[in-house]
Amino acid sequence: MTDASGIVYPGGATPTTPVAVPHRGGPVNPSAAAIATRFPGFVQRVDVVWGETTVVLDNKHVLEVVRWLHDDPDHRYDYLCDVTGVEFRDAQVPFEVVWHLRSLPHRRFLRLKVELPKGAPLEVDSVWPVYKSADWLEREAFDMFGLRFRGHPDLRRILMWEQYREGFPLRKDFPLRGRFSRSEQLRQALAANPEARYSMEELSIADAFEDLPADMRQRIGAGEKTGE
Amino acid sequence: MGLTKGLTTVSYQPQSQEGWIATKLDFLVNWGRANSLWPMPFGTACCAIEFMATAASRFDLARFGMERMSFSPRQADVLICAGRVPFKLAPVIRRIWLQMPQPKWCISMGACASSGGMFDNYAVVQGIDTIIPVDVYVPGCPPRPEGLLYGIRMLQAKVMRERMGDAAIRDEMEPDPSSRLYIPPPVIDELSEPFGNSVQQTRSGL
Repeated sequence: MTDASGIVYPGGATPTTPVAVPHRGGPVNPSAAAIATRFPGFVQRVDVVWGETTVVLDNKHVLEVVRWLHDDPDHRYDYLCDVTGVEFRDAQVPFEVVWHLRSLPHRRFLRLKVELPKGAPLEVDSVWPVYKSADWLEREAFDMFGLRFRGHPDLRRILMWEQYREGFPLRKDFPLRGRFSRSEQLRQALAANPEARYSMEELSIADAFEDLPADMRQRIGAGEKTGE
Repeated sequence: MGLTKGLTTVSYQPQSQEGWIATKLDFLVNWGRANSLWPMPFGTACCAIEFMATAASRFDLARFGMERMSFSPRQADVLICAGRVPFKLAPVIRRIWLQMPQPKWCISMGACASSGGMFDNYAVVQGIDTIIPVDVYVPGCPPRPEGLLYGIRMLQAKVMRERMGDAAIRDEMEPDPSSRLYIPPPVIDELSEPFGNSVQQTRSGL
C-alpha cells in the first residue's frame, strides 16, 4: 500500500502512531501467532505489555525461529536491537535471555525471551549466524552475566579486561564493590599493558599473523596472554 | 678556583636561608612557570564538558596562561583529570603521567576523579590519587568553570611557592616494581573506604 507521500509499505496498512496503549493486553504483534503456527510447541507464552509483544520460546529452538523471522518475507525482522540477560530474585526462573527484534519494513517490534530454570546451564544458541551485530551484544551479555552463547565465533569479555577474575558483575550474587580489595583491584588493573591494543587471542586469529615478528608469534603460540 | 676565592661558601640548606639571587631567580622561574601552564586534558566524563566550557571564550582559560591545550603529554605541564577513571583506564593515566616531563602537576577535577564520587562500585578507581600524585582537588559534580579556575589559581599559588633548593618537589614517583602501586596497599584501601551515602549500600552485603 502507498500513502499520501508515496512511500510504499510492504506490510499493507499505513502505519499509525498508537495512542492510549493499555498496560496489559492490547493488539498482539501478528508475528507471535505466526510463530505459533509455523513452529507448533516452540512458544511457551505470549505477553503484551505496554503494546509490546513478548514471545517466550523454548530454549532449543531460538536460532531456528530467529532465522525464520529474519528471512520470511511476511516478517523480515532485519534489525537486532539488543541481546541481553536478566537475573531475577526468583527461585524457579532466575535467568532470562532477551532478544529485541525490529522489522523496519513492517514496522514491528518483537521481544523474544528464553527462561533458564534453576540448575540449567546458562547456555543459549547464538544468533550470530543470522545477525552479525549479535557479536558484541552477546559478548557483553557473556561479560556481565556469564551467559554462554553456543556458536558464537569469539566469546570473550568486552567491557571488563580479559584478565578480570572477579566474576560476572551484573549477577545478583556479585558484590557491588567487587570481590577483591581496592588495592588488589588496582594492582591487577595497573598490571595491564596500555599499549597492547590487541590481545594475544585477537592477534592469533588476525590475518596479519604471518607478518608478526617471530618472537611475538612464538609467544602467541605458547599461549601467552596480555597483561600479567 | 680563583673566581670563588674570597667568597664565602654558601651552604645551600633550603630550610635555612637562600641568597638574594636564588630567591629572585626562584621568583622569576616560578612566575614564568605559573603563568604558562600547558594543560594535558584527560577528560573522561561530564567534567570534561565543564572543562571545555572553561577553555571556551566565556571563561577563557587562556587568561591564566593556559593558552594551548597540550594533547601530547610530552609537551604538557599539568594533567587535568576531568571525570571518572575506570580500572581499565588506570594503566593509561599512569602511563600518561610518567610520560610528562618535569616540572609537572596534576589537578583532579570533580568528585569522581578525586574520590570515585557516586561510583562506589567494582569498575571505578576510588580517586586518582591512588594511581598518581595529585596537587589540587577541585570538588563538584561537575565543578562549575569558576571552580576549576579557582583550582588553577590555587595551583599557580602553589607553583609560586616552589624553591629550586627543595629537591624533593621534582622527585619522580617510583612505583613498586612488582605491584606497580606507589603507595602501600593498606593506604589505598583506607583511601577507598566508603563514605557518605555509599556506606548504606545493602547490595554489597549479599
